[in-house]
Amino acid sequence: MVIINGEEQNAAGLTVAEVLARGDYNAARVAVEKNGLLVPKREFGGAVVSDGDVLEIVAFFGGG
Amino acid sequence: MIPAKEEMLAALKERIGGDLLEKFQSSAAAVCGLGGLGSNIAVSLARAGVGRLFLYDFDDVDVTNLNRQQYKASQIGMSKADALRENLLEIAPYTEIISQKVKITEDNALPLLKDADVICEAFDKAESKAMLCNLVLEKLPEKYLVAASGLSGLGTGNSILTRRVSERFYICGDGESDVDTCGTLFAPRVCLCASHQALAALRILAGLYDV
Repeated sequence: MVIINGEEQNAAGLTVAEVLARGDYNAARVAVEKNGLLVPKREFGGAVVSDGDVLEIVAFFGGG
Repeated sequence: MIPAKEEMLAALKERIGGDLLEKFQSSAAAVCGLGGLGSNIAVSLARAGVGRLFLYDFDDVDVTNLNRQQYKASQIGMSKADALRENLLEIAPYTEIISQKVKITEDNALPLLKDADVICEAFDKAESKAMLCNLVLEKLPEKYLVAASGLSGLGTGNSILTRRVSERFYICGDGESDVDTCGTLFAPRVCLCASHQALAALRILAGLYDV
């Protein structure tokens, strides 16, 4: 299992890009950290999440 | 009559104590975006005695800003960088303010942010927020970053929170409201989020890292 924003999800083997698509995130409006380290956007397509990984997806909404 | 620096510092010391005054005075914070979030964050940080503020925005004060931003009708047309500097120096005249009319991009951000201990993301567009946070987290991982997401509309203030995403990355807001869909921004809700950000920044400078 992968912990995504505090919730266990069955996402092992997916790339970050696939996790984002599955969660309906806009990849241009997020910051993603895996195990406390940023996953740069250019690596979304290649970075695979594994069992035990902790993923934090911060979605940005407009207004300031 | 503006009080002397010593008098203002003595008054602040009485209010917040010598240890924190020393910490804040020797600290530097950057505020990226000087709209509803950034102008209010900067006012809070200046009042608290943060010694050096880096303030960045590419925009000018517009009449539509006055419902929530720390500007005056007489300042319409001025750059926000200049107008906020002017206003802050009336509140906390001995603050060192480095303000610049500039659009922060991936290409120019690093030198603008390198001397800040804490960076406050206070942009309005979601893509700009994401750009800055991704850049700081990747290129300046030693910095503390306090960002905002979700502060529009007239929803309850009780949904505005501060979350510590990772060791040096904090995010404030309700995490869901978007001005593009709800269409409104109100001073108290924007200020709540700005205050969350300013408080998180002050707590970080004070060495209090939990939320």
